[in-house]
Amino acid sequence: MLKLSKLATAVALVVAAGSVAAGEVEVLHWWTSGGEAKSVGELKKIMQAKGHTWKDFAVAGGGGDAAMTVLKSRVVAGNAPAAAQIKGPAIQEWANEGVLANLDATAKAEKWDSLLPAVVADVMKYKGNYVAAPVNVHRVNWMWANSAVLKKAGVTSTPKTWDEFFVAAEKIKKAGLIPVAHGGQNWQDFTTFEDVVLGVGGAKFYQDALVKLDQKALTSPTMSKSLETFRKIKGYTDPAAPGRDWNLATAMVIQEKAAFQFMGDWAKGEFTAAGKVPGKDYICAAAPGSSNAYTFNVDSFAMFKLKDASAQKAQADLAAAIMGTEFQEIFNLNKGSIPVRLNMSMDKFDDCAKQSSKDFVATSKSGGLVPSAAHGMAISPATEGAIKDAVSQFWNDDSITVADGVKSIAKAAMTK
Amino acid sequence: MKSVENILPKLVIAPGFILGFAFIYGFMIWNGVLSVTGSRMLPNYDTFVGLDQYVQLWQMDRWYVALTNLGIFSLLYVGGSMAIGVFLAIFLDQKVRAEGLLRTIYLYPMALSFIVTGTAWKWILNPSLGLEKLMHDLGWTSFQFDWLVQSDTAIYCVVIAGIWQSAGFAMALFLAGLRGIDDSIIKAAQIDGASLPLIYWRIILPILRPVVFSTVLVLSHLSIKSFDLVMALTNGGPGYATDVPATFMYTMSFTRGQIGLGAASATMMLATVAAIVVPYLYSELRAKPHDR
Repeated sequence: MLKLSKLATAVALVVAAGSVAAGEVEVLHWWTSGGEAKSVGELKKIMQAKGHTWKDFAVAGGGGDAAMTVLKSRVVAGNAPAAAQIKGPAIQEWANEGVLANLDATAKAEKWDSLLPAVVADVMKYKGNYVAAPVNVHRVNWMWANSAVLKKAGVTSTPKTWDEFFVAAEKIKKAGLIPVAHGGQNWQDFTTFEDVVLGVGGAKFYQDALVKLDQKALTSPTMSKSLETFRKIKGYTDPAAPGRDWNLATAMVIQEKAAFQFMGDWAKGEFTAAGKVPGKDYICAAAPGSSNAYTFNVDSFAMFKLKDASAQKAQADLAAAIMGTEFQEIFNLNKGSIPVRLNMSMDKFDDCAKQSSKDFVATSKSGGLVPSAAHGMAISPATEGAIKDAVSQFWNDDSITVADGVKSIAKAAMTK
Repeated sequence: MKSVENILPKLVIAPGFILGFAFIYGFMIWNGVLSVTGSRMLPNYDTFVGLDQYVQLWQMDRWYVALTNLGIFSLLYVGGSMAIGVFLAIFLDQKVRAEGLLRTIYLYPMALSFIVTGTAWKWILNPSLGLEKLMHDLGWTSFQFDWLVQSDTAIYCVVIAGIWQSAGFAMALFLAGLRGIDDSIIKAAQIDGASLPLIYWRIILPILRPVVFSTVLVLSHLSIKSFDLVMALTNGGPGYATDVPATFMYTMSFTRGQIGLGAASATMMLATVAAIVVPYLYSELRAKPHDR
């Protein structure tokens, strides 16, 4: 009966909308936590309003590892969902397998080329054709700080450079508090490392070293200096960091146990959930030395090739809806990220998001907008994994010299 | 009618045999095939790369770390579990009171999943939550036990948790073996004036040889397959310091998009297990007709 009534509504909507055929979209994602699930619910509503059926295919856990395993088995079995949450160069790897659909028609009708910064659009394209629709932008090079802790330790201004940072960290340590809340998982080590490279070498160097994987940049003195700075930060973390989840590290900052954390803007969700106000209870600032740069982490949905015509229509509508203003606003308000569309009104967003949006637009023009290497936006998963290993090994093993660290990272960057 | 009787057992066995063959040996062969292809995200049979994946595998520092860890873990885990198991079994065999209760207590860890063991020990060994904090809170502030967070000692934490889990299992096997020994042999030795340790060392343990073999076999293949314990306890960290071949293979195949490389490492693991199991099965099967 339920199916019949659904069919009836679908038929009614088809009649209302003229010749538009209603189809089913099956969407694979791992947004299962409270705020995220609510955001996905909005997309579902938009699609249903257009007369399509939404089939949720949520696989919880592990930053998508579990979901990817399920997706692979579905694709191998020739039963791909309409869309799946895939991001960064992994989009190209999937497209390379010849299983992704071409979204150029939708992209052209919706003018995606003028709405997206070129660096972001490139990630969504395979051989010049759009194969994925971007959802949001996370800024990765954030430094979160607890105002009360800084005040207690006598730190009057937020550090702008790494030298200032270490002065502040020393004061906090003397005050008996933990200067840096760190979660010792390899991706978190890499996130911090990425911030350091950006702060020490600037956007141009970052681009050469961690995006183009230029051996000259990777073995340069700037890299040695980055590794020295990186190791120095470790001295200001607590011994229980290894294996700690990022949100537990954020909780340390919220509970006034620690002063700083280097983490992307998903950390803001934790502050918000704890009832903290940006600017008053906590500070969001660009990681030291990187205020005129922006490492982005863009979530996106890659669209798979479908045979059924009505399903293809539904898929195109999904792609258009994802980039639509309505979804971009609601979704990002819930998730703590910012819209990927350039000309959106930011009135409803908080101060950190406004700052993020301002910097996103500014850096997209100045060239400071770079993809985050630690979050699967810059390099292929295999290479990223190898570098992540090398960075994490250097962080955890104090007996590795800076020279050896540089060598092993440069070697890892050659992984194909 | 005679022919049906002849065929029936074969017919009944056949489905199980076919399924077993397809899902055990079939997948082994499939894995072997994958390891000589250039598969990345998805299996891809068009690109034959020969032994390239193996070459790449043996050039990776991380693979050597995984192998070294496997060596350390296997030796200490099997040796430690058996040593503790033997002692517990010998002590329990002294007709102690409440033996049933004690046996249950020692055997109980085996009833837990490695995931539970790993998670519990992760808390116990964490310097700011577990043992170290407890000692500090009790006033012993110089106490230090931070093995779990140091790259070079973290693997020993995995060993500790593993032994805790499996020592009771070894004990149960040994206890069963001890109970199966004829009392008269021991009585005869006692009449000859042999001391108790000597009796154990020269008579009882040699009789337990088959039990030792099966215990080693079971524990060593458990140690090669150790995946859940490492995942729950350290997740391969700090860095990749506690990586073992099983976690290495999982990471490469499913999160790094290097299925070919992962398949190559899985083949190496299979070879390791085969190196232990095949000689054992061979000796077992060859000994059988002799016994009859």
